[in-house]
Amino acid sequence: MDLTFSEEQDELRKVVRSFLAKHSDEAAVRRLAADPQGHDPVVWRRMAGELGLQGLAVPEEYGGSGFGYVDLGIVFEEAGRALLGGPYFATVALAAEALLRCADEQARHELLPGIASGETVATLALTEDVGRWDEQGIGLTAVRDETGAWQLTGVKTYVPDGHLADLLLVAARTPSGISLLAVETARTPGLTRTPLPTLDQTRKQARIEFRDTPARLLGPEGTAWPALARTLATAAVLLSAEQVGGAAAALDAAVEYAKIREQYGRPIGSFQGIKHKCADMLMDIESARSAAYGGLWALDAGDETEIAIAAALAQAFCSEAFTKVAADNIQVHGGIGFTWEHPAHLYLKRAKSSEVLLGTPSYHRELLAARLGI
Amino acid sequence: MELDFGPAVRDFRDEVRDWLADHLVGEFAEHRGVGGPTDGAAWEVRLAWDRELSAGGWLGVGWPEEYGGRGLGLLEEIVFEYEYARVNAPYRATVNALDLLGPMLLKMGSEAQKKRFLPPILAVEELWGQGFSEPGAGSDLASVRTRAERDGDEWVVSGQKVWTSFGIHADWVYVLTRTDPQSARHKGLSMLLVPTDQPGVEIRPIRNLAGQDEFAEIFLSDARTGADMVVGEVGQGWRTAMATLGIERGTTLLPQQLTFEREAEALIDLARERGALDDPMLRRRIVDAWISVRIMRTTNLRTIAELTAGRTAGAQATTAKLYASTRHQQLGRLATELAGPAGQIVGEDYALDRRQRSFLLALAETIYGGSSEIQRNIIGEQVLGLPKEPRP
Ligand SMILES: Cc1cc2nc3c(=O)[nH]c(=O)nc-3n(C[C@H](O)[C@H](O)[C@H](O)COP(=O)(O)OP(=O)(O)OC[C@H]3O[C@@H](n4cnc5c(N)ncnc54)[C@H](O)[C@@H]3O)c2cc1C
Repeated sequence: MDLTFSEEQDELRKVVRSFLAKHSDEAAVRRLAADPQGHDPVVWRRMAGELGLQGLAVPEEYGGSGFGYVDLGIVFEEAGRALLGGPYFATVALAAEALLRCADEQARHELLPGIASGETVATLALTEDVGRWDEQGIGLTAVRDETGAWQLTGVKTYVPDGHLADLLLVAARTPSGISLLAVETARTPGLTRTPLPTLDQTRKQARIEFRDTPARLLGPEGTAWPALARTLATAAVLLSAEQVGGAAAALDAAVEYAKIREQYGRPIGSFQGIKHKCADMLMDIESARSAAYGGLWALDAGDETEIAIAAALAQAFCSEAFTKVAADNIQVHGGIGFTWEHPAHLYLKRAKSSEVLLGTPSYHRELLAARLGI
Repeated sequence: MELDFGPAVRDFRDEVRDWLADHLVGEFAEHRGVGGPTDGAAWEVRLAWDRELSAGGWLGVGWPEEYGGRGLGLLEEIVFEYEYARVNAPYRATVNALDLLGPMLLKMGSEAQKKRFLPPILAVEELWGQGFSEPGAGSDLASVRTRAERDGDEWVVSGQKVWTSFGIHADWVYVLTRTDPQSARHKGLSMLLVPTDQPGVEIRPIRNLAGQDEFAEIFLSDARTGADMVVGEVGQGWRTAMATLGIERGTTLLPQQLTFEREAEALIDLARERGALDDPMLRRRIVDAWISVRIMRTTNLRTIAELTAGRTAGAQATTAKLYASTRHQQLGRLATELAGPAGQIVGEDYALDRRQRSFLLALAETIYGGSSEIQRNIIGEQVLGLPKEPRP
């Protein structure tokens, strides 16, 4: 049983942390937040070229380096800590996963190497105006024209980094069920992409309209839902790791401040009102860590039942933990924590947006209940 | 989820399983899951069960052979505890000596003390109580006032200890005393081993809120013990006590948490029976209860994995007690709520069923072994490095 990290994994964490400290410091986070694109192609290329982060868990046969989900989880935890902006989650946790799960070996060979090398920014377009993450939430249709080619018509929205993705993996309804289709945005007509102004400016979303948009069917028609559900489970676990990292950074900030800020002639951290709040924050974070790491270990172990359970648990728990810790961080900071200048609100907003990114905590509790037969 | 601790211990695990399958029968099997860290139910049966374990060589799996142990590693200890909890064997009556005093002596005791005391612990011949708390010193142990003076080759001990778990059964107590009357706070304390079978020791049971008489107050008036009965150095009792508390806060969680998992399963069954799963509010709390026991498990596994890999345990090892004790209370509250009015009826002589007992006894989990408030202080100061509270 490998429930702790190896020295190599510690090393990976160190490398990623120091890379992000340089390239995703507060100034960079704010710059990307203010930029409608929210993407720094130079950093993106270095993430791929120097560290191989986009292809870390992509098998070698598809151009990646074949590491496991625990390794990838470390990267997401660090990305969350640094509030990394840009399409890393969309590309790696959603799109690469969807490709890996879909039953289309050829597409994997053609599309994954671009993701791994950092050339392709990709995302998964699943949610629509109703904002549901299940099969019933998918209404956009794909039809076959006279020549047998597929076309998409309808709207996807709340698509993470959909405004800039080179490759869209689109969940659509066909006469025989849910199917997955690929759209390369550079060469495809019939696409309108509108960035959505987001509460959390560190993660961009877009609305995408498809009008007779040519698309490539991935795998057999009508059979994509199980692969998509599994993709969402993986993404749920990776998002949980990201949430743990974000919460840990918020706690670090709170603790640092509690040590230096004085009131009544004492550091505020010596008062139990603050000290105990910080202790509870750590307890929430360590519990969330267990939830997220449990998911990562389940992913590497590959037991499908366990993955489904661990993923729902991780999202239900880590979402709330991050939001709570991020809000407590603002409280510990007092007035300064309520300002635009202070980074505390950036974490709170990231927490709030990631809480609903893949479905709310209540939704995940229901998934968990269903999976446990409760 | 079945735990697998790897090929190295698979034979050992099978040996444990086989032995438990053969021996956890009859009266012992009828007492599955009975007892707890402060639950003295069915004491005699549990004592007999401990003797059965002792005869099988299962007490002190990780203790050196020269003191009657098996000399195996941490992994084997964990495997044993896990398998033990898996079959829901009775909670060991001698847990105080096995989990607290024994490790304390192994770490800080003299050779003579180890030779004298460890074998009888493993043979279930001597039972122990922990005499730290006093009426005026609970969370603030540095203010203990029980004093001990040297008189020739003996110590003479006077004072009052309180809340001693299973104190009414104790043949010996390890007592935190003040040996330097001029000293203040944690300086000048010493840890003494004191036999209870003497005129200077009086033990009175204290009835707890569940109606049990298991814990006790201990009155020491010129009680005597040998000069060689100091654990660690004279005047260094604070260090010894803190080491023991470190053990206390770490070890008891794994088997306990498997009990919590069983309670969560029982809770779900009860909810199903009662149709409570259709109530969305209750459903949510039930799912949360399940989530919290699963998180406790993973947290413990993280700590075990780190320790067996020779690493220092992470922060979760310190937050685990606070989490487990508070969540266990939530579980108990929910269970009694689901049981409804029928769950409010007890047997003759205030006989409680398992659910009622667990609900009530869980109230102690946020008090003993360092209260939740003290845990938060420890986490804040020792893990997060926040400034200490000003102390007079
Ligand atoms: C079932 C049970 C078994 C026990 N077994 C043993 C045993 O075997 N041996 C033994 O020696 N002791 C034992 N204890 C005693 C236990 O360790 C103490 O009860 C515990 O340390 C609390 O001390 P106290 O009861 O004096 O409460 P107090 O210390 O008086 O605490 C009262 C309240 O004040 C809070 N408080 C105290 N100090 C602070 C602070 N600095 N900051 C914030 N809040 C504070 C506490 O958290 C608590 O809520 C047992 C207790 C119980 C309930």
